Amino acid sequence: MGNPVDQTDIQKSMLEDMKADRRRKNILNLVLLALLLVAPAVVYPVFLMKILCFALFAVAFNLLLGFTGLLSFGHAAFLAAGGYTTGYLLSTYSGFTTEMGIIAGTLAATVLGALFAVVAIRRQGIYFAMITLALAQLVYFGFVQAPFTGGEDGMHGIPRGYLFGFIDLENNLAMYYFVLAVFLGGYLLVQRVVGSPFGQVLKAIKQNEPRAVSLGYNVNQYKVLAFVMSAGLAGLAGSVKTVVFQLASLNDAHWHMSGEVILMTLLGGTGTLLGPVFGATFVVNLEYQLSQGPLGDWVDPILGGIFVLTVIAFQSGIVGEIQKFVKKNLG
Amino acid sequence: MSMILGVPVAVLFGQLLLGIINGAFYALLSLGLAVIFGLLKIINFAHGAMYMMGAMATVIMFDALGINYWVALFVAPVIVGCFGMAIEYFLLRRIAGQDHIYSLLLTFGVALMIQGILTNIYGVSGMRYSMPELFQGGFKLDFMYLPYYRAWVILMALLVCFGTWFMIEKTKLGAYLRAGTEDAQLMQGFGINVPLLVSLTYGFGVMLAAFAGVLAAPIYSVNPVMGSNILIVVFAVVVIGGMGSIAGAIITGLLMGVIEGLTKVFYPEFSSAVIFLVMVIVLLIRPSGLFGKEA
Repeated sequence: MGNPVDQTDIQKSMLEDMKADRRRKNILNLVLLALLLVAPAVVYPVFLMKILCFALFAVAFNLLLGFTGLLSFGHAAFLAAGGYTTGYLLSTYSGFTTEMGIIAGTLAATVLGALFAVVAIRRQGIYFAMITLALAQLVYFGFVQAPFTGGEDGMHGIPRGYLFGFIDLENNLAMYYFVLAVFLGGYLLVQRVVGSPFGQVLKAIKQNEPRAVSLGYNVNQYKVLAFVMSAGLAGLAGSVKTVVFQLASLNDAHWHMSGEVILMTLLGGTGTLLGPVFGATFVVNLEYQLSQGPLGDWVDPILGGIFVLTVIAFQSGIVGEIQKFVKKNLG
Repeated sequence: MSMILGVPVAVLFGQLLLGIINGAFYALLSLGLAVIFGLLKIINFAHGAMYMMGAMATVIMFDALGINYWVALFVAPVIVGCFGMAIEYFLLRRIAGQDHIYSLLLTFGVALMIQGILTNIYGVSGMRYSMPELFQGGFKLDFMYLPYYRAWVILMALLVCFGTWFMIEKTKLGAYLRAGTEDAQLMQGFGINVPLLVSLTYGFGVMLAAFAGVLAAPIYSVNPVMGSNILIVVFAVVVIGGMGSIAGAIITGLLMGVIEGLTKVFYPEFSSAVIFLVMVIVLLIRPSGLFGKEA
């Protein structure tokens, strides 16, 4: 037992450290927000929207990988479920306003997520990854066969419609700020969840599942909830993406997409809030740049190479490495 | 013509045979995965790519150098196996002992690279490979027609599967392998070169995949993406069987092929999904898999 005076000193300095840390983060977040608000003046809004959709997708995925320690290899299924549902409703029923379509898409992905979770939760680690991959493949076959998805051709010409019935989303700027609002909503939700007592239990499960069990937590219940939330948010990203691009295709359901979101998250930094956002920005940019140049056909091998490099050389990802650097030199 | 359950016998047996053939490939591939996972705790996402490389190597060696099927049957797996050992030595070794998820991601990256590079060189349309002369024709049984080559595939797959099982479970080398993964330090102390053993094991698992690829070359479309879809099915097979046992991987592989074949007879649209459905059912009833030991 130490001297009680010392302890309060330590607590004080820890508290101050935390405060300084939070202050730094707040400043950073405000700067990023300001950048996002003015970005469409400089960059083509549709491109920005693509980044935001994938960023939300990756943030949703990270809730699972980064904060619960579950590697899902089937998140494409949720992205596509959201996209197809929204696309189908908006192009079939003219009475559907855009936000209703998006809510329906999100719900569809949430339900699908619950089904996945109930099955996949029975195994851990790599089995979990393989099971989610197999389930997503099952969903993929479903989308290929289903009459409303348009099979290999996909859905085209989905109307963007009017938000709340009166904001014309054909206007790219209006669309952009709507997507930004959705993204921020999703991001803040994940931030809130991670910081909540619920999120602390998730972290405990990630670090040491048997211990969390012995502490009396119903681990499976927590995992299922985290999975369902992650799936719902991934569906939201897919729904919004479908509205932005006015199409939904099998590409979104392919396992390739599940791999891509893993790369975005891993590259940006698992277990950090901002990591997936940076990772998604990087990957979407890279794919775009490559597709413009002579290396257009080499996207896959290059992504694979980045995958290998990230796993071997810097597993904490871009944001994780920066955090380490800041802690070492400023903390 | 005689019928069973409203289906002509010839059709039923024909699909059953195709199912057994597919099952033979599932068995070979899941066996390789099980060997690598069981002994190294690496989940090899590049397994499909290795299978594809085996098939591609067979075709390319024939086109470029005129190397025939029989030589390819040995040479292609050896080449691909060496390639696999290089990957183990230069990449996988660096993340040994870390969370298994990382080995999955690393090999996934490797698979993307291999598949992408070969796609750029050879395109995705299938390459033709003609069947060796010897295998033209087949047995005419009174209820069905059995092409020689298909019989050969089944025979070879069973032989290799049994040989692998025998080697790992019954021989001294297999005992070293199992002991080396149980307690590497102790084995090292006994003077066994464990890192070499690990490389060889990974190489052997990869060789099994490449061997399946050579067998597949004359009957399936050979292209750079042929491995990726079959790999997901094999993952499901592995989940169904449970990766705990070598024999389990073989039996489950064959069984799933047969189930898939029968589904093709009665409900063709569903045949590509049935294995995944079986996986769901098995997981709900017996989460550790049919042959799995751990919970």
